[in-house]
Amino acid sequence: MTLSVALHHRFAGFTLDAAFEAPAGVTALFGRSGSGKSTVVNAVAGLLRPDRGRIVLDGTELLDTDAGRILPPHRRRMGYVFQDGRLFPHLTVRQNLLYGRWFAPKGQGADPGRIVDLLGIAPLMDRRPGGLSGGEKQRVAIGRAILSNPRLLLMDEPLAALDEARKAEILPYLERLRDELHLPILYVSHSVAEVARLATTVVLLEAGRVTASGPAAGMLADPALAPAMGLREAGSMIFARVTAQEEDGLTRLETGGGPVFLPDVGAAPGATLRLRILAQDVMLATERPRGISALNVLAARVEEVRLGEGPGAMVRLRLGEEHLLARVTRRSVRVLDLRPGASVFAVLKTVSVGRENVGTAV
Amino acid sequence: MFEALSADEWRAVTLSLRVSAVATAVSLPLGILVAYALARWEFRGRQLLNGLVHLPLILPPVVTGYLLLITFGRKGYVGQFLDQWFGIVLAFRWTGAALAAAVMAFPLMVRAIRLAVEAVDPKLEAAASTLGASRLWVFATVTLPLVLPGIIAGAILAFAKAMGEFGATITFVSNIPGQTQTLPSAIYAWMQVPGGDDRAFRLVLVAIAIAMAALLLSEWVSRAVARRISGQ
Repeated sequence: MTLSVALHHRFAGFTLDAAFEAPAGVTALFGRSGSGKSTVVNAVAGLLRPDRGRIVLDGTELLDTDAGRILPPHRRRMGYVFQDGRLFPHLTVRQNLLYGRWFAPKGQGADPGRIVDLLGIAPLMDRRPGGLSGGEKQRVAIGRAILSNPRLLLMDEPLAALDEARKAEILPYLERLRDELHLPILYVSHSVAEVARLATTVVLLEAGRVTASGPAAGMLADPALAPAMGLREAGSMIFARVTAQEEDGLTRLETGGGPVFLPDVGAAPGATLRLRILAQDVMLATERPRGISALNVLAARVEEVRLGEGPGAMVRLRLGEEHLLARVTRRSVRVLDLRPGASVFAVLKTVSVGRENVGTAV
Repeated sequence: MFEALSADEWRAVTLSLRVSAVATAVSLPLGILVAYALARWEFRGRQLLNGLVHLPLILPPVVTGYLLLITFGRKGYVGQFLDQWFGIVLAFRWTGAALAAAVMAFPLMVRAIRLAVEAVDPKLEAAASTLGASRLWVFATVTLPLVLPGIIAGAILAFAKAMGEFGATITFVSNIPGQTQTLPSAIYAWMQVPGGDDRAFRLVLVAIAIAMAALLLSEWVSRAVARRISGQ
């Protein structure tokens, strides 16, 4: 699957001029609000007609303004999950779910029973959207989009309208979609945490332009992009394999820089997980620290040091095949003499865990 | 009380019901189209159409009746055409009364439906289109069901207005018992006859009963529909 997008669109006081390619997997369109993310997704869905542009999905041309070819939205087969759900109020959950199926090519696509189970919405089938919670509505909206048998799933900040508890409720379902359905997803977000958990590819959008794009792990660990991510939110994502469940309740995981111990992550040995490690939660030491309560100390090598404009600095570390991002002070950089090639130990204060199917983890 | 009605009076009542029902039913599709166009489409002459639709609300009914007469009368352009090509005669027939009632009730019908169309979130229609529904399907499966309470309200309002229409009707199709004598025309006629007050009053009671029934029905139906589409 490849989605290739090139758009030029002028609003009052804002110009979108973006081009990117989205390979298979989850492509996160990341940027602050007002950076043009929703405009891009609407253009892909056909809900917005750009001044100029060309959008091609797997050789099928959705839009080519130069040639005057514009496929209307109902013939593009894009499953669109909106931020605000947009369930049809006059239909039951079941009717909402099956709405797109009526128009989809017959005899193909996901089995409704499986999707209903996967999203955990079986008990809601005969209810109407008005009586559902925000999280339930969003799960139904996701199911409705998937069951329209789309070629590509578009998600415009599907979690933004939900509180933290509801987000935590839905994220695992999104991970399962990514891992089990192999449906390509274009995912709009301004949350680095969501991107770190879900994305395979990240496209960074700033003021209507694509300023960087590439595989998620590399993008998240790039010190140059940390300001765009937000310094507090910046952090790397590494893959780890569960190796053992230990007697004291900790799970042992193997990373490129050595073992990591985490409180029971609820995954069987052999499973591959995503670990998100905030840059500000990584301490650096030039010698292996002793007499320290932190369990997770990884051996790494400094690859890049980027001094910030203030007193801070971002350090990219190499951890086997992967990267870790650490946020330290400029003073520490000087005192510890951190420079590319130096051996250091990274002390991880906090690690958050996301699910990753072995099949899609690379 | 109904058995107390004479054949004449009974005819006036049934004629009124028939005229109003036909006027409402025939004008409803056009009313939905015009309401949708005024609410959603940007086109040249939108304000003109809006003005034309609302004109009968503001003009003296006798003027509307007169305009209908010179347009749809046997000598009128449209009237001549309809007579020659389709054999349809409106002037001084009950069908003419239905036309007059429809024209007079049209602005009320369009207003009610237009408000309902404006209340439909276009985002829902956009969502339907991404799910594969063409514009016509979006209209039939999303817009129309959501506008239904407005359509019912508009239809009942139009029916009630048609039941009460007097000025334009009597100008266009006169007051012929059994032909064009609707309930209001009959009441008016009996009031002109010495000693006809009793009969006029009986018909007034009938008019009140029909109006009340229509109001209650509309209230009940729109509540049921609103409950259905509110998503609860």
